[in-house]
Amino acid sequence: MRRFSYIDLVLWLFRIGIIGVVLWGVTGKFILGVGNEYTVSDWLDFFVSGLSQGSLYALIALGYTMVYGVLFMINFAHGEFFMAGAMTSTVLVALPLQNAGYIDRFPLLSLLAIFVSAVLTSVLVAVLTERIAYRPLRNAPRLVPLITAIGASFFWQYYFRGLFGSSLLPFPEFAMFNGKIAFWGLDFQKADFAVIITSLLVMFGLQQFVQRTKTGRAIRAVAENKDAATLMGIDVNRTITITFIVGASMAGVAGVLYSIVFRQLNFVMGFIPGIKAFTAAVLGGIGSIPGAALGGLFLGIIEAIGPPLFLEGLGVAGSHQLKDVIAFTMLVLVLIFRPQGIIGERLAEKKA
Amino acid sequence: MNEELRGTLKTGLVAGIVTLSLGMIGILVSFNNRFIVTDLVTLADLLLFGMAVLAGYLAASSLKQNSIVSKLLHGGLAGVLAAVPTFLLILLTLVWEDIRSSFINVEPDLIALVTLNNQSVVTGGILLLVVFGVAGMAGVGYALLPDRFRRPISMSLAWTIGSGVMSDILIGILRPRLSQDALRGLFGSTGLQPAPFVVLFVMLTAVFFWWQQGGQTRYQTLRQNLTPSQQKSSRRVSISLLVIFLLILPSLLGVYLSEIFNEVGRFVLMGLGLNIAIGLAGLLDLGYVTNFAVGAYIMALLTSSSEFGLDNPWSFWLAVPICVLAAMFTGFILALPVLKMRGDYLAIATLGFGEIIRVLARSDALKPVIGGAQGILQIPAAQIGGFLSQTLGYVLNPINNFLQRFELGILATNSNGEIVFGNPPQLYYLFILASLLMLFISRRLNNSRTGRRWMAIREDEDVAAAMGINTTNAKVLAFTLSAASGGLAGAIFAAKLGSIFPSSFELLISINVLALIIVGGLGSIPGVIVGAFALVGIPQLLSEFAEFRLLLYGIALIGMMLMRPEGLWPSEVHRREIKSDGDDETAVPVSVKP
Repeated sequence: MRRFSYIDLVLWLFRIGIIGVVLWGVTGKFILGVGNEYTVSDWLDFFVSGLSQGSLYALIALGYTMVYGVLFMINFAHGEFFMAGAMTSTVLVALPLQNAGYIDRFPLLSLLAIFVSAVLTSVLVAVLTERIAYRPLRNAPRLVPLITAIGASFFWQYYFRGLFGSSLLPFPEFAMFNGKIAFWGLDFQKADFAVIITSLLVMFGLQQFVQRTKTGRAIRAVAENKDAATLMGIDVNRTITITFIVGASMAGVAGVLYSIVFRQLNFVMGFIPGIKAFTAAVLGGIGSIPGAALGGLFLGIIEAIGPPLFLEGLGVAGSHQLKDVIAFTMLVLVLIFRPQGIIGERLAEKKA
Repeated sequence: MNEELRGTLKTGLVAGIVTLSLGMIGILVSFNNRFIVTDLVTLADLLLFGMAVLAGYLAASSLKQNSIVSKLLHGGLAGVLAAVPTFLLILLTLVWEDIRSSFINVEPDLIALVTLNNQSVVTGGILLLVVFGVAGMAGVGYALLPDRFRRPISMSLAWTIGSGVMSDILIGILRPRLSQDALRGLFGSTGLQPAPFVVLFVMLTAVFFWWQQGGQTRYQTLRQNLTPSQQKSSRRVSISLLVIFLLILPSLLGVYLSEIFNEVGRFVLMGLGLNIAIGLAGLLDLGYVTNFAVGAYIMALLTSSSEFGLDNPWSFWLAVPICVLAAMFTGFILALPVLKMRGDYLAIATLGFGEIIRVLARSDALKPVIGGAQGILQIPAAQIGGFLSQTLGYVLNPINNFLQRFELGILATNSNGEIVFGNPPQLYYLFILASLLMLFISRRLNNSRTGRRWMAIREDEDVAAAMGINTTNAKVLAFTLSAASGGLAGAIFAAKLGSIFPSSFELLISINVLALIIVGGLGSIPGVIVGAFALVGIPQLLSEFAEFRLLLYGIALIGMMLMRPEGLWPSEVHRREIKSDGDDETAVPVSVKP
């Protein structure tokens, strides 16, 4: 039994404080009626937009989780893979298609072309990053690849800024994503609905890929034990590259989905979603694929409901500005109190 | 295809893609405004043809066969290949006229640059291929030089190019001290004149060659043969010369360069602080900007005369200790929850704290207290008044009167007899004072029992705990002390700008500080200074760099980790580690065990 030190005391106070704040906020909201009044359908709208945001986080988080699974490193540059795909496909495919009028005539084909180009770019950026910044440092102490990852992240941001400029790029409008759709008694924006459905399909596909295919088995083997995997005839370097490719493709898909929902892009767009997706990955238990999906959805919903629910209840001005604070507080809370995440498949203690 | 040819092809194409990237992200066009030799060679030319020379050099030095002809062929091939992607881009612009609407930096200036200002674009492109081929062969020639010539030549080339690039700064320093004609003979409007360039290059090569061939050993024996008392007095002389130099530096540099010096000083302060956490204790803190922000905001709240300040604003000198203490307290509080984390989790958690602080600082929620996005204005400059400044004036004024004859000076009093740290040359003294103080403290900490405790934790936390070190306390102390310097930097920063806005406290500051201590050498105090000059000073000096600063940081972080993980000026411990087992690849600065 460890001694109870002042650190533990502080952590307990921290815990109690956070719970207190949340409870106080919720009470303030529902019993005292602080802030704006929301109807049930408003709350459902928050929930749905959170779900859509969360499924984007989940898609990005999968890349973090898979790379962490095989390499035990935080791929800080993963948000940049997302940005690279979104920006390149917008500038080089979507906007020219729009100017030529193809988007209105063949929306599905255009969308396919955009997705393909985004995925290809993300994969290219990911493979280059892995090859140059990570692979030579595979046996270095763990902080070293983290530092190169931070370097890679800034490199790519400003590389793409140089290529495409620093102004906000508009993503073309697709007529099919306008309007609302009713499903299970919930009113979805069509764009949100498309994001949720696409993410679910991609995640399902990924789960099948990892569980059913030979390559998927190789990835799991490398995640378990690299030396043993080598002895079993698995090409570890190739498998790691494949992991990066799979993670980056999902980041590419997420990039296009993000563009469809928010319709504005620039070179720093990858940073905040990247950090939040990392939060989601940790939340679900880093290294676990269903965990990442779950963590992403959870984070998206908390972020959407949190500000109106307990921050407004506390009487905080401009509470919607603070949704990032909620996400980062969640991150810190999870890292402190439950580093193994919700699902807790892996023991993060020995690796973190 | 044989293996060597494949290697050459690969080298050439990689160089080609890098060259293409340099053009497409706008570096070439931007650097084309910076002349090294007046009206003749720009930094862009150097970069462009340097890539070809580098490709040729690499291709030749990886070749196993020794025949000069085949080396030249490989080098030339690599050089030509390095131009191929750019050549394709030139052709592409012929077909795709609207290319700028997608690739914003593929502008006519770039095409003019890479077609060597030819009228016909295709001819220019072919010319580029040829010139690159020749440059590749020049790279081979360089590779063929024996090492004892190659080193002095590279050194002197670097220095000569450096003085060409920095020529407007040299002009600024020399203008009051040289005649107009002499200045015009040395420098053109923007770079060195051709003749001085060549003379400087030859002279420096000769000096470096002599130094390498025996000058260095002779100098060392000369120093060793001094008697102890002579050694002591020679050290005393060099220290006093250094002090005098530091004191008159701002008047030597002028306002603009002093300002750059102050920026460097600010980052040296932060670097020294973060160096305690990362370099000594191995705690990768990505939220260092928090401490800086706390220092700056506390200074603003205590001294500002705006509505956010106190009714009776404090003086700067009273507020500084409070700022430092507040930053230390923040460091302490934020350290407690993250103590159990290690390595990358710690990094992400501190990053999270940094982001929380940033979002909070600009939010409406805290606007009544700290001004939200509009920030806090009307922060007075630091000043010394009354009796103290009068006393100082008795000492300073005669010195200034004396130095004025040489267009020099030191800290000055204004007409009211007060010393105001308002303009950059005056602020310089504040920064140098703070930096020297922190340098002293860091040095003492480095060699102290606490410092060794931290280093033990950095090397292996479990072993350190087993040796009886209270790792919890040591880590809390590291965070707390490392915050102090950040708070000090923030406090001076607020008084310097006179107003603070949340946009000054972005994550980029943390990354900046991290990059500079890594480039300088983790755990190394001189490394912090070297790193700050390299990563903060140079981009400020060369405005062309400023736009690509973060791109260069990214490259610097990756490049340092791959090629020189111990940094530009490694600390003693790392130098020793690397010497003792040079073949050990894991001899890298921070070794946190998984």
